[in-house]
Parts: sequence; C-alpha cells; structure tokens
Amino acid sequence: MGPLVPEFINNELNLVFAVLIGIAFGFILESAGFSSSKKLAGLFYGYDFTVLRVFFTAGVTAMVGVLVLSHFGLLDLDLIYVNPLFLWSAIVGGLIMGIGFVIGGYCPGTSMCGAMIGKIDAMAFVVGAMLGILGFIEGYPLFEGLYTGYDFGIPQVSETLNISLGLFAFLMIVVAFGSYWLVGIIEKKVTKNVVVDTTSKRSLLVITVVALIIGLVASTLKPEKAMILDKINDSAYISSFEINTISSDELALRFMYKDKSLQVIDIRDSKDFQTMTLPSATNLSLNDFFTKSSKNIFNLEDKVNIIVGDNDVNSKKGYILAKELGFENVLQLKGGFNQFKSDIIDFKSSSTIEANLTDNQRFRREASSIVPVLIEKSKPKVIEKQKVRALGGCG
Amino acid sequence: MKPNKYMNPYLAGLLLGLLLVITIYITGHGLGASGAAKSVVIYSLETIAPAHSENVPYLQDFNATHAGSPLKTWLVFEILGALLGAFISGVLANRLKFTVEHHSGITSKTRLVAALIGGALFGFGAQLGRGCTSGAALSGMAVFSTGGILTMIAIFGGGYLFAYFFRKLWIN
Repeated sequence: MGPLVPEFINNELNLVFAVLIGIAFGFILESAGFSSSKKLAGLFYGYDFTVLRVFFTAGVTAMVGVLVLSHFGLLDLDLIYVNPLFLWSAIVGGLIMGIGFVIGGYCPGTSMCGAMIGKIDAMAFVVGAMLGILGFIEGYPLFEGLYTGYDFGIPQVSETLNISLGLFAFLMIVVAFGSYWLVGIIEKKVTKNVVVDTTSKRSLLVITVVALIIGLVASTLKPEKAMILDKINDSAYISSFEINTISSDELALRFMYKDKSLQVIDIRDSKDFQTMTLPSATNLSLNDFFTKSSKNIFNLEDKVNIIVGDNDVNSKKGYILAKELGFENVLQLKGGFNQFKSDIIDFKSSSTIEANLTDNQRFRREASSIVPVLIEKSKPKVIEKQKVRALGGCG
Repeated sequence: MKPNKYMNPYLAGLLLGLLLVITIYITGHGLGASGAAKSVVIYSLETIAPAHSENVPYLQDFNATHAGSPLKTWLVFEILGALLGAFISGVLANRLKFTVEHHSGITSKTRLVAALIGGALFGFGAQLGRGCTSGAALSGMAVFSTGGILTMIAIFGGGYLFAYFFRKLWIN
C-alpha cells in the first residue's frame, strides 16, 4: 500500500525519484508555455487562459487519481501529507502571492523554468523570490503570530464542507470544464478573435463529456478504509455477521489455567486501557487495525485473538473489522470489558450460605480472587505506533 | 528556426495531474518549488554569514527540526530535475533564447524591476502561506486539503483583485 516511502523506498532512492519526477515536472511546465510570463499573466487580463486550463485539469486529474488509488486500497490517505490550515496566514500569504503574480508574471516553479530557457526577467524573478524568502526568515519574529496562529489542524474539504471526497471531485470537474467554455468566450472577445486554445470545439466537447462521466464515477468512490469502517458501523451488517464468541467465564477460566495462546486485543480508549485491562492485552484502536504492525500481531502463530471493546457492540465491530481484514483466530468477548468486569472482577456473591450458590457462582467467586492478581502481574503491551504522516509542502 | 507550438493545455494538465498522483503514491507528498528556493537561501545565509545565522530565531527553529544539509532535501533534488526538464523541453522546441520578455508598452528595465519585486512578494507570500502554486495550491488540491485550496483561492483571487492596478505592465 502506498505511499512507497519509507516502507519500500529508502530516502536515498527517493532522491533519485525526486530528480526523475522533477525532470517530468519541468518538461511539462515548459512545454505548456509556463516559461512565458506573458502567457501566465494572460490569466489575469483575459487574453490567455492557458494557466487555468492546465492548472485545473491537473488538479482534478490528481484528485480523481488519489481517490481511485485510495478506493482500491493502494494509497493510505492517513499517511500522505495534507497541507495544514492556518487560516490567516493562508489567506494573507495567498493574497501577497497573488500581487506578486500580477507584478512579476511568474510563480516560483514557472520562473525557474523560464530562467532555464534564457528569460532574463524570469531570472530576476528567481532572485526576487530568494530575497523575499530571506526577508521572511530575517523578519520571522514579526510574522510569527500570523504564521502560527489560527491553527485548524489538517482538515480536508470533506470535513470542512461535510461532503464526500468523491462528490467534491465531481463538483470541481463541473466547475473546471464549465470554466473552460466560459473563458474560451472571454478570450475570444479580449483578443479580438485570436485563437489561443487551438483545441476544436468538438474535441473540447468530447473531453468535457468524458471528464463528466469520469467525475460521476469518481463521485461514488470512497477510500477503502472509510468503506470498511462504514460497513462495521452498519447495525444490519453487524447482526447478519456470524461471530465466534467467548464468554466471560470461559475467558476467566483460560486465564486461570495460564493459557499461553491467549492474546487479548483491547480496542478501548488508551486511557481506559491504562486504567485497567485484561492479562496479556495489547491496545489497538480500530484505525490501528489497518497497519502492518497490527497484521503481524494478529497473525502470530498459535495465538487466539480475543477482541475486547467496552461493550458487546464495540467488541463485535472490532471482531468484524479483524475478519474483514482477513485476520485469523479471532474471538469476540461477549459483552465486552464491562460485562467481564461485572461478571468476574467485581463479582459479589448473592448469598453467604454456601449451599445456595450455583456452580457458576462458585466459579466466579474463585475467579474474582485470582483474575485481578493476574491482571496486576501482567504488563499491558504498548505498541509503538508506526504510522507517521509524510512530511511535505514548501514550509 | 521558429519555436514549436506549446503542448495542448488539456493534455499538459492531464500529464501534470498524473505526475502528481505518481509523486504522491511514491513519496506521500506532492510537488513543490518555493521550498527548494528556501533551502538555497538558508544554505547561502549559513555559508556567507554563519555567526549571524546562529542568532536568527527562524533558523534556530528550522535546524532543530531539519537534520542534515539544507540542500539535501527532496525538493532541491526535484527542482534540479525540473531545471533540466525545462531546459530539455526548451531545446526540443527551439525556445532557448536570452531575452527579456515584456509588453511593448514598457521597457526591459521596467519589466526586470517588476519581475524582481513580484518575485520578492511571491517568495515572501509563499513562506507565509506555507507553499506556492505548486506546493500549496496544486498539491493541496490533489489531497483535498482545505488549507491548500484556500491558499489557491487567495493566490488567484489576489491576482484578479490587484490586476487592475498593474495592467500597464501587461496590456495597452
């Protein structure tokens, strides 16, 4: 599952890919005409919308591509770099870049491309950009408040607008291709019939229709993780799922017999886990199930994995997720941790007269004196979380 | 020889988009440009004025979170590749030429001064906005980042907002 760095590609090899990706990047930018400031600035004055066409097409293509990869489980969206949202620094920084764009006619990447084919104005822009960066670095204490304030974390549009990623991608495609038709008309008026975009109307129509169809399909796509999590939150699906369970009594008995094959997977909050858990327990959240280290834990040979959530429903969800991910030897603790606690750990005899107790009550009485000791003795395993998001951006 | 025509914009966009997807699939992050310029600035500053650099708060923070040479970063290598790629494209299309490209209504000197000032604003803004058109706007859009998309709207919105005041640089 992607991203390939760092699991499959080390940092040195990654730098080789950086150069190769860069070559393609520079080649495409220059070929598209982004080495010319006149072409770039045309966006703001209506005489050349090439930037809009290239930029928007690239944006929606990449969105759909990312969606497709995550839908088929090839890319883990929780591991990729998502640009953070610092509200005012994004807005003010963006506006300053906008002014820089109309005055300078380039942006950093395009100016470097322009400089490489001999545009002296592009070289001036590159020098200017470096001076601007130097100004930021030297004057940082002045801007620090704006730069680090209004931190909203790393939201995605799905969170901000409360729509699915697929629907957002579709809407962007509609906006993009709608704008291509509109700017074609504007361009023609401003240039007094000079043809900037040589794509024929018929070709553009075909591209538009194809893009809209792709957009409609994309709107139904969802990251694989989200789909599986949706499934296990569906009560009808939970009740139709065949679940192998273990009761509190049986589990307690196996603890008392020091059954070495037991491996408790405690899916409760790490806070609850640290307060009290069962012997031989490992704490994993449902999200952790998707990681490689979890897979290794679940698939240890000769181990039976007992899924323990707070209550019966949560434990079932954990069980179903483990099964969906193809993990073997899984059992669900009936009633979850709460039931085990009330059945065994907190067991109170209903009667003080020995003859009135059932066998089960006698067992629980014994278990309630032994299991807490076992819990005390066993050290809960804390797994080091290996999931680290990629670093990125230009910050 | 006459320069060749530019690539069809929709094709260029498609290729750029696919390249971005490949980049995210391999590295977990998108493309960038201004970050490489920053690396060069930091390296130069630390080389030319090491004593001064030690007292710059931003660099103290930066060095605490970035190990190794500022030049050995993914973005610097990517941009080295991009320079080469642009050059190759320029050669193949007969576009290599030393020139100051400017609107007929202004002089070369005006154009160069404008480019320098525009560059300075863009470079500064890219630091404040945590990325430029590549790293924040395009790459942010690809990963559905609210922050990236907001920055994109601000960049292009800002361009349109101020375009009127600088129209003499570009149109009659």
